[in-house]
Amino acid sequence: MSLSYLRPLIICAGLVAVWQAVVTFTGVPAFILPAPYSVLLALVEDGGLLAGHAGVTFIEIALGLLLGVLLGAASGIAMSFFVPVRRWLFPVLVVSQAVPVFALAPILVLWLGFGIGSKVAMATLIIFFPVTAALYDGLRRTEPGLLDMARTMGAGRFAILRHVRLPMAMPAFASGIRIAAAVAPIGAVVGEWVGASSGLGALMIHANARSETDTMFAALFVLAVMAVTLYFAIDLVLRRLITWQPETYSSDD
Amino acid sequence: MPTNGTLGQNLNAPSIEVSNAQFAYGSRPLFDGLNLVLEAGRWTCVLGPSGVGKSSLLRMIAGLLSGGNDTAVRCGDGSATAGRVAYMAQRDFLLPWLNVVGNATLGARLRGEAVDLDRANALLQAAGVGEAANAMPDELSGGMRQRVALVRTLMEDRPIVLMDEPFSALDAITRLRLQDLAVRLLAKRTVLLVTHDPLEALRLGDRIFVMNGSPAGLGSPLEPAGRPPREAGAPDVLSGQARLLRELAEGGK
Repeated sequence: MSLSYLRPLIICAGLVAVWQAVVTFTGVPAFILPAPYSVLLALVEDGGLLAGHAGVTFIEIALGLLLGVLLGAASGIAMSFFVPVRRWLFPVLVVSQAVPVFALAPILVLWLGFGIGSKVAMATLIIFFPVTAALYDGLRRTEPGLLDMARTMGAGRFAILRHVRLPMAMPAFASGIRIAAAVAPIGAVVGEWVGASSGLGALMIHANARSETDTMFAALFVLAVMAVTLYFAIDLVLRRLITWQPETYSSDD
Repeated sequence: MPTNGTLGQNLNAPSIEVSNAQFAYGSRPLFDGLNLVLEAGRWTCVLGPSGVGKSSLLRMIAGLLSGGNDTAVRCGDGSATAGRVAYMAQRDFLLPWLNVVGNATLGARLRGEAVDLDRANALLQAAGVGEAANAMPDELSGGMRQRVALVRTLMEDRPIVLMDEPFSALDAITRLRLQDLAVRLLAKRTVLLVTHDPLEALRLGDRIFVMNGSPAGLGSPLEPAGRPPREAGAPDVLSGQARLLRELAEGGK
């Protein structure tokens, strides 16, 4: 096995070692910073509980991603295809980004309740703009010469969109989806913090109230693993689907 | 090799008359009151330095750019040029997600017509890229890519072909080969080739105009002896180069 595969493991081991050292040498109480071993214990003992809450959070993230990407794609295409939509919607979208979306979480919970609805809405909201912007930008940047050629071939606007501009914008759209995959868990968890009966965010809030810091850390760990796995899975799928992305690798070596 | 009878079906190439062409780039007029006749079934070359407005003139004939109010582009048989023009640019504009055949038959797909695969394969064979029919564009050399672009242009089977420096990004030998191929495959069509390479104009043009000055005008045409593609060392090509270079230099003052 080469060093590049070992490196992440070594980094993780190093971080755990530093963590243990801090606990051992500072004598910090367990309700502030639990030792790695007690977090591991919490992971094992509360495994069933964690898995149940993780399932809820995962469904929220997945639904939020799906809705956010679909709505974002639709608005990106609509803005690029219909001039009035662009003129009316684009300024609204830009200004809406000045509103701190997390501040909307209590309102969403008020309107949509403690169930998964408000969390899906939260994730959808924060995903929507990056996806819209990425796809719209990709569609806008089609090579003018390519459009000239398609027009002399007698292609209509819709045919150009379908056969030229949309496929050409796919790498940009993929960047938007990657960003969405990275921020979707944030939306779901913030929604859970504000008000929920289940989900990893809710579990963390409840554990915090009871000073079960080891459970909080275990929930955080599960959330991190889930988010990282989701991101890399989506990245892998996008790489497979969109092979014409001009990838340039840079190297420090 | 199939003859042009099988590869080009509706060859009734008209002459084209451009009268009083006007175009301004911002407040700077590129050309004003410019007249040009493209003779039916022959190659006309417009030679000029970069930025003189050659491409704009070509795009105007293609119907991609509207000229001034008095500007008229008419075919010799009285009809408009719309739908009778094929366009080939300096860059090949092969779509990276389609293979060679897919790119060659792009026009039919854009118009929602049935794809004539037999004709595409015959033309790819004639252009020397028959073996690469299923290859993806990024597997091809620059010369092969431009051959595919030429086939895509021929698939349109338009009586008028407008070419904007289609060979200028190729190395010298590949360029000569592509020029020979283009003359063979575009026989009997009305061709306008815009170029900044005097040798290319002299090898390919039945009539060569130098476009120069600001606003730009066209000089009297040079009509080298012999049929294209002429040898690079032919007497008229050599003496013509001296004359064309001189005319180009005079305009640069």
